[in-house]
Amino acid sequence: MKAYQPLDVIRVSATVTEAKAAPPPDRDVEVTKLIDVLKCIGCKACQSACLEWNDMRLKPEDNVGVYENLHDLTPNMFTLMRFTEWDNPQTGNLEWLIRKDGCMHCEDPGCLKACPAPGAIVQYANGIVDFIHENCIGCGYCVKGCPFNIPRISKVDNTAYKCTLCSDRSAVGQEPACSKACPTKAIVFGSKKEMLAHADGRIADLKSRGFDHAGLYNPQGVGGTHVMYVLHHADKPQIYSGLPEAPAISPIVDAWKGEGKFIGLGAIALTAVVGFFHYIFTGANRVSEEDEENADKLLGGK
Amino acid sequence: MGQGQAHIRVRRYSGSARINHWIVAISFVLLLVTGLSLFHPSLFIIGVTLFGSGQMVRFIHPWIGVVLAASFFLLFLRFFPANLPAFTDFVWVARLRSVIAGRDEYLPEVGKYNAGQKFVFWSQTVLVAILLVTGIGLWDSKLQFFEQLTGYYPTIDQRRWAAVIHASAAVLTIMVWIIHVYAALWVRGTIPAMTRGSVSGGWGWRHHRKWLRKQLKNPSQIEQGPSSKLTPAE
Repeated sequence: MKAYQPLDVIRVSATVTEAKAAPPPDRDVEVTKLIDVLKCIGCKACQSACLEWNDMRLKPEDNVGVYENLHDLTPNMFTLMRFTEWDNPQTGNLEWLIRKDGCMHCEDPGCLKACPAPGAIVQYANGIVDFIHENCIGCGYCVKGCPFNIPRISKVDNTAYKCTLCSDRSAVGQEPACSKACPTKAIVFGSKKEMLAHADGRIADLKSRGFDHAGLYNPQGVGGTHVMYVLHHADKPQIYSGLPEAPAISPIVDAWKGEGKFIGLGAIALTAVVGFFHYIFTGANRVSEEDEENADKLLGGK
Repeated sequence: MGQGQAHIRVRRYSGSARINHWIVAISFVLLLVTGLSLFHPSLFIIGVTLFGSGQMVRFIHPWIGVVLAASFFLLFLRFFPANLPAFTDFVWVARLRSVIAGRDEYLPEVGKYNAGQKFVFWSQTVLVAILLVTGIGLWDSKLQFFEQLTGYYPTIDQRRWAAVIHASAAVLTIMVWIIHVYAALWVRGTIPAMTRGSVSGGWGWRHHRKWLRKQLKNPSQIEQGPSSKLTPAE
C-alpha cells in the first residue's frame, strides 16, 4: 500500500495474497457505530458534520416536497437522513420513521469482493471498509457488489465514494464526525462489544415500554455490520426507507467473483493446451505438391 | 509455392475485407487484454502496463468494444451469405475425426467455408451481440446517455447479471478465438488469405475444392497463373 495507512489492513480488494502482518480480529479493536432510530430527531446535524469533516460543498437542490435533502446519496454526500411516513396498521397511528442511511461497513463487504482493482478497497482490522481513491478505477463493480446501494461514482475524478466511518478520525481515537455532532446521542460510537451491550440495554428498555418488536439490525447475511441500527420495528426493517430484510452479497456476484473466475481462466487455458497437444500429435496440415498440381490441372480445364 | 516452380494462386479476400478483418482482429486483441485485466487481479498488471493505468483500461475497453461491434457487423454482412448451412456441413461434422487428424482426402468437397469455420462465424456473431448488450449495461458512465436514448435504465440485478453474462460470453469468445487462430496456423497456407488476400491453388484443392472450382471459372479471381504461362526465369 503506497498511501500512508494509520490502520492495519486485513483485507485488500482484487489481491490473491493475504494482507501481511494482519493481527487476528479482535472484538475490542473493532469499532462500530450504533444508530438509534427512536432517538433521532431528523435534524441533519450528522449530514452537516459529514460535509464539514470531509470538506465537501454541495449546490442547493430544488425542493420537491420531501424531507430528504439531498434526494439521494451522491459522491459528495456520504450519509443521508431518509424519512418515511408509515401508517401502523395495528395502532392506526402515523409514524415518522427516520433512518440515517450510509455505508454499513459489512464484515463481509460485497464491494471489496466485487472490486477488480488491487488495493482500491480495503478492510481494516477495526472493521472499517475504506476506498483508496488512488487505486480506484471507477468501474462501478462495487456498486454491483453492495447489498445496500451505497457507493457512488464521482463524475469529477471517476472514483467511487462512500462513508469512511471517519477512518482518519478513528485512527487517532476520535469518534466519527456524525456521532460527535448528534445532539441526542442517537448515534453512538465504540467497540463492537460495547455497542452490542449498549444496544441490548436500549432494546430491553424499549420492550419494557411497549415496543415488542424492538431489536438490533446487525445482519448476519453479510457477517454482521460495523454500523448497526436499533429499530423499534425490527421485524420489518424494509419500512425504514427500504432497509433490506436479509442483506447478503448477491449470489450472482458470488458466482461471478468466486468460482467463475477459475472456471473461466481454466476453460481458456484448457482450449490452448488442447491446441498445443493437437499440434504435437498431428503436426501441421500441409498442402502437398500433388494438391498444387491438381489445382493447376483443374485450371487447365479438366 | 513449390520448389522453384510457381503454381496458381487464387484470390480469397478483397482488400476491403482484409482491412475489415484486421480492424476486428486488432480491437479483439485489445479487448482481450483490457478485459482479462479486469477479469482476474493477477492479470490486472497487463492492462496497466499497456495502457498506463487502471482508469485508462476501464475507460478504453468499452470504446474499443464499440469499434469491434461496428466493424464486426460489417464483417457479418460481408460473410454471412457464405456461412449459411449446407448439406456437406453435416457430412463434414460426421467425419470430425478425419478433420482433427488432418486427413482432408476423407472429407467432402466444401465451398468457401467448412462447418468448423461456420461454427466460428456464427458463435462469434452471437457472442459479440451478447457482449455488446451486456457491455452497455456495464458501462456505468454512459448509462444515463442510453437512458435518454431508450428511456431504459437497467436495475441493479440486471447489471449484476450483465457482469456475469459478459464475463462468461468473453470466456467463450476467447475459446472460439483460440480455435480460429489455431486453425489458421495449423492449416498451412491459410494466413496469406488474410494478408496477401490469396491462397495457393493447392490449398483451395485440399480444403475448399468446391470453392476453388467456382473461383477458377472466373479469370479475375486468379492472381497468378501456373508457371508454364509465365516467362521462365532461365
